[in-house]
Amino acid sequence: MIAHKALKQGANGIKWHNMRTEDQVVKKPGMRECTTLSGHPVQEIYTPANLPGFDYQRDLCEPGEFPFTRGVYKNMYRGRLWTMRQFAGFGTAEDTNLRFKYLLKQGQTGLSVAFDFPTLFGYDSDNPIAHGEVGRCGVAIDSLADMETLFDGIQLDQVTTSMTTNAPAAVIWAMYLATAEKQGADWKDLSGTIQNDILKEYIAQKTFIYPPEPSMRLITDTMGFASRHVPKWNTISISGYHIREAGSTAIQELAFTLRDGIEYVDYGVRAGLKVDDFAPRLSFFFDVHNDFFEEIAKLRAARRMWARAMKERFQACDPRSLLCRIHCQTAGVSLTAQQPYNNVVRVALQGLAAVLGGTQSLHTNSLDETYALPSEKAVTIALRTQQIIAHESGVANTIDPLGGSYFLETLTNEMETAAAGYCERIDAMGGMVRAIERGYPQREIQEASYQFSKAVEQKEKTIVGVNEFVTEEQPSMDLLIIDESVQQRQCAKLTKLRAERDGEGVEKNLSALKRAAEGMENLMPHILDCVRSYTTLGEISDALRAVWGEYREPSIF
Amino acid sequence: MTEKKIRVLVAKPGLDGHDRGAKVIARALRDAGMEVIYTGLRQTPEQIINTALQEDVDAVGLSILSGAHMHLFPRIMELRAEKKLEEIMVFAGGIIPDRDILKLKELGIAEIFPPGSSLVEIVDFVKANVRK
Repeated sequence: MIAHKALKQGANGIKWHNMRTEDQVVKKPGMRECTTLSGHPVQEIYTPANLPGFDYQRDLCEPGEFPFTRGVYKNMYRGRLWTMRQFAGFGTAEDTNLRFKYLLKQGQTGLSVAFDFPTLFGYDSDNPIAHGEVGRCGVAIDSLADMETLFDGIQLDQVTTSMTTNAPAAVIWAMYLATAEKQGADWKDLSGTIQNDILKEYIAQKTFIYPPEPSMRLITDTMGFASRHVPKWNTISISGYHIREAGSTAIQELAFTLRDGIEYVDYGVRAGLKVDDFAPRLSFFFDVHNDFFEEIAKLRAARRMWARAMKERFQACDPRSLLCRIHCQTAGVSLTAQQPYNNVVRVALQGLAAVLGGTQSLHTNSLDETYALPSEKAVTIALRTQQIIAHESGVANTIDPLGGSYFLETLTNEMETAAAGYCERIDAMGGMVRAIERGYPQREIQEASYQFSKAVEQKEKTIVGVNEFVTEEQPSMDLLIIDESVQQRQCAKLTKLRAERDGEGVEKNLSALKRAAEGMENLMPHILDCVRSYTTLGEISDALRAVWGEYREPSIF
Repeated sequence: MTEKKIRVLVAKPGLDGHDRGAKVIARALRDAGMEVIYTGLRQTPEQIINTALQEDVDAVGLSILSGAHMHLFPRIMELRAEKKLEEIMVFAGGIIPDRDILKLKELGIAEIFPPGSSLVEIVDFVKANVRK
């Protein structure tokens, strides 16, 4: 095929521009060779010749119809806009509760919780290892008491909440469920998400605690529990965001995310679950980076690839099992410390790409995040960005408005093919857990990350304000400052909690949990018992550490 | 006679797991001819200074994005003084607001590199400022 020949020759380093027809070979040495941000070749123009054998029914179809390329739902934003869900959390539960209420008042339509590092690792705020970290990059949650404060005045059966927690996700989720219980809400009415995607922790985000096998067991336990008791809950947000932020290309992000998803389905089925009992509640989380069309193509390719994988690999029957429902976040790594107001523009374009790519929910970053967590002013601009896209730009008026673009459809196809190549390689290694043990996705990401940094250094990639169009501007901004007393206040709360609770009950529940962790039964009921008796996150996590040990990664670079 | 290579320890203090920057810097320093040791994640100040001592490094690069730098960095500098390792040059990078940079430099941190800093600039800085 002509277009492919041209791309191959371009990739060999011959700097000539691409051709239009077989008869009109146009070689112009010195003209700009273009690639996407991820290095994927981009032609000067795309025509029907780029899409031989294009079949609308097979490759696209209507939104809400297999393979869902154009969108997961029949009506998409005409039925309901994407959820505007700003990731938020800092200081104490009281502090974050106020920010939640502020964001809801400003018109956001879903909640998303950021936890501090000790909470992400299952350490209590008074653990020496937590010193200096409490409340710094997220909210400190040590027990059910903190969770109740976090959602004080917010009815959990009236909102949807996403919680970015992985290694201790089962415990954090139990605290949320127990809080809902106390509010009088029925678990059958609760809707939300726990990130709970441990595979990408080993690959990219690194907030792991336990080794892979017991971690996967915890995840299948949450899937089983949700299917019986919390049917509207998304038990995993299978994430590419962190993989991309760690430096992968868009194609690697697509491939590793979907392959992680396939691994979870594999493990769920091996644990004895029926695929249609849990697959409808798997969800996805992608980055939206700077290259506009590459990101839109990525989301479309993701939907098509997941639908096909679920049908062909797992024979899923429930149409909801085939849906790649997506949350997007604009790329944190694309934000610059230099000329930070430029970030508002970046986020607007990235947010627009997410919407044109058919996301179900979206977080837009704040302009000041290369310095600190979002200030109230900055997060308001970020939210307004989504609202302007939704209500002023008109792009949500029709579904998949860029569908049928020769460029976009070609790019969607090419990304699918390239990502499938990675998936096949991982299959050949024995799956994602095996691939992670070998360091395969980690090395791919490191290499891509380094090559990108070198490209920026050598000005092969332009970053406005950083390596081009530089100024000496030092804008002063009112940054969010974390109160120094947060740690002390959390420690005081813990002292009080331990004094007032039934210590014997706590010990009994922890012993029962440990025994269950040594066996095969679902741990959620035991975790719930612990949580309800105000056992702390650290105590529960340490009990599981005692049974399963901790994972240590090799320090290679 | 060949000049002894500059030895640099790249360290991740605290619970922060964002290691993209640290790994890129480590590799850039190695490509520039230095010997680089990377500590890996979740290092305490004590572990970092002990490794710096054992590895006989000329410089320590600290990478942190969690906001805990105003607790961890002073502790690291305190230990550096306690162990009489002031000849080790300490530099840092990550998510560190301007208002903290001055305070950290007063503690003896030689330079803070914000996001978007040039790799060449960092390499040149290390070369120019070790063994002083």
